[in-house]
Amino acid sequence: MIDFSLSPETENMRTMIHMMAESTMRPISREYDEREHEKPMDWFTMMWNATKGMISLGNEEKKATIGKKKPSERNLRTVVMTEELSWGDAGLYLSIPNAGLGGAAVSAAGTPEQRERFLTRFNEGEPKWGAMAITEPGCGSDSAAITTTAVRDGDHWVLNGAKIFCTSGLMAAEKSEGFVVVWATVDKSAGRAGIKAFIVDHHTPGMTVAKVENKLGIRASDTAMLIFEDCRILLDNILGSPEVKQSTEGFKGVMATFDATRPIVASIAIGVGRAAVDFVQEVFVKEGITIRYDTPPSQLTTRERDFMEMEANLQAARLLTWRAAWMMDHGMHNNLEASMAKAKAGLAVTQVTQKAVELLGPLGYSRKLLLEKWMRDAKINDIFEGTQQINLLIVARRILGYSSQELS
Amino acid sequence: MINFQPTEEQQLIRDTVASFAREQVRLVAREADESGTIPETLIQQAWELGLVQSTIPEVFGGTGEKPSAITGALVCEELGWGDLSIALLLLAPWLITQPVTILGTEEQQRQVLPTYTGQEFTAGTAAVMEPRFGFAINALATIATGQNGGFVLNGAKCFVPLAADARHILVYARSDDGLSAFIVPQGTPGLTIVEREKNMGLKAVATYELALNNCLVPLAAQIHGDFSPLLNRSRVAMAALAVGVARAASEYARDYAKERHAFGTAIAQKQAIAFMLAEMAIEIDATRLLTWEAAWKIDQGQVATREACLAKNYAANMVLKVTDNAVQILGGHGYIRDHLVELWLRNGRGFATFEGLAMV
Repeated sequence: MIDFSLSPETENMRTMIHMMAESTMRPISREYDEREHEKPMDWFTMMWNATKGMISLGNEEKKATIGKKKPSERNLRTVVMTEELSWGDAGLYLSIPNAGLGGAAVSAAGTPEQRERFLTRFNEGEPKWGAMAITEPGCGSDSAAITTTAVRDGDHWVLNGAKIFCTSGLMAAEKSEGFVVVWATVDKSAGRAGIKAFIVDHHTPGMTVAKVENKLGIRASDTAMLIFEDCRILLDNILGSPEVKQSTEGFKGVMATFDATRPIVASIAIGVGRAAVDFVQEVFVKEGITIRYDTPPSQLTTRERDFMEMEANLQAARLLTWRAAWMMDHGMHNNLEASMAKAKAGLAVTQVTQKAVELLGPLGYSRKLLLEKWMRDAKINDIFEGTQQINLLIVARRILGYSSQELS
Repeated sequence: MINFQPTEEQQLIRDTVASFAREQVRLVAREADESGTIPETLIQQAWELGLVQSTIPEVFGGTGEKPSAITGALVCEELGWGDLSIALLLLAPWLITQPVTILGTEEQQRQVLPTYTGQEFTAGTAAVMEPRFGFAINALATIATGQNGGFVLNGAKCFVPLAADARHILVYARSDDGLSAFIVPQGTPGLTIVEREKNMGLKAVATYELALNNCLVPLAAQIHGDFSPLLNRSRVAMAALAVGVARAASEYARDYAKERHAFGTAIAQKQAIAFMLAEMAIEIDATRLLTWEAAWKIDQGQVATREACLAKNYAANMVLKVTDNAVQILGGHGYIRDHLVELWLRNGRGFATFEGLAMV
């Protein structure tokens, strides 16, 4: 039966997380935007203690959700919580110590032994970070063009190459006992089939952080360049089979991680967008501006029209995102729906925050308020975890029944 | 708890209406638009699906299903996919039966509802819109004045589907209590069916202008109460119909783009076209979910004005964009009346204007 209400448990959790976002993230939001590359260590410790084992993607379940019989609320709950935290501050949310995208990959594709070895550490001790390194200076969305190599040498894989735009890469590789999941090719001639994912533990010799980027927004989150020079890791640190098959099934398996993470990233976008919409609404209330929802569009003021469009766009993105998460919880394949949600959310929040700045005029443009920051933070959602265009391409292939060769 | 799946029963209704739309409605859509008439046999077949009768209480001859806005939205989308004009004709009786069922007194229900439970299609309708600049449902110019133990209605109405054949016309007017609706039987003195309208779209379904000149109705003809749930039902219906029209256009354009070759490949293999199709698909799904959410709130008995209005406005913009894109993807062929996309664009343009043309 069609139902748009959250379960009481999820609703409670949402309220709790929202209070935490409001009381601990908002007060330091501007500070860590201005002081890029400095870290809110006290806040990290607080978040680590409050959320370890709860927020990270990989800790609490031992099996990938796809194909599972019993429906759960796990993915839906994750997107709801992510929205609240990103409402607090998207940059801070991305910097929360947890297993992150690297953890998601280990959780989805790792063996029980690997999950034990790499994920249990996120339930104990000091704050830790997991990260994922895919993008290279010469390739982004076209991840099949990866040039980082993994060569087998006795009991080890030897990694060589350069990775960029690795979220929390600094914290995962050098500032905690975390790990980085690195995509590399074991056989360049095999194309996609040769791409494998490898787990590189923190402080592994041969892995260095070469640079931490200066960014337009989400400045509280570090975005690192990692260099691998004869970086040796255990044979057991490969995710999935080392075998290079003729088919691209292995690659597809890694790509399937995105079906789980795209709704989460979409909910980051929604959180930022909602921060802006909530703020504009507060200002409207203070200024005595009411929204006459039941008035014909031709008779609305520009402010009313703009605001209603912002609200509808945001809600449309949220419902697409909830649907994608709900499908995962029910063991349905959501490749199409996850990309729909991500494409819509990234674009919607970019438009919503830009319009919010316009509606507030000089106040919107000022760094005294957070609106201009939210606009800067929002833009990344249209880019990372698959640009809007890549997600449109995936949607187009799916609705047209085309392979990546037929529609590239 | 969050769920995006209709019930089995709803899915059955949806499938039944979908195959009717595919096998019957769509096939006559062009001819109906050109000739301005919808085949009697089709209307009768649709009547036998029992969509109208099902929501009328058993005591009045119906099957007594509780009117569900979600079920209604599913029906509207499928019929709208088939053809908007035909959908509006088939659903017109709901414009009288739903308000009477939901807000009417028992006496009004006894007077009106049995008329719409017979073996043959029976036209009923409502008069909401007015032919004037600045029309708004919450500021009607049609006035009901209390007089001699009844009401006198004065004003002008437009976009009244099937007015010439309708057994009852529910006339919305401003009274001392604010917004009211009045059950006006066909032939009531002072009610004049002015003429069949000529519009850009909706050419297959007969819509009329009405004139009300000192039209006297008894006190018992007045339906009053909180109309916002009914208006929200109408907004959900319009949004769902828009989703249906948009889906028709996007599917047609998708199939055409896979067939049509240029520069050595199907045009669907060009990103310029593929991205348009992807955006159309995303916006259609997004609008459907907004519509379902508003419908769900209505079914829960919650105030749904904000959600219903957001969904309706969003749908009106979406259907225009999607149908326009469909014409664009077909290029010159999209402009020729051999293809249905131009019809969908004409019909789609109306949603920003339409108010109260259908109700779930």
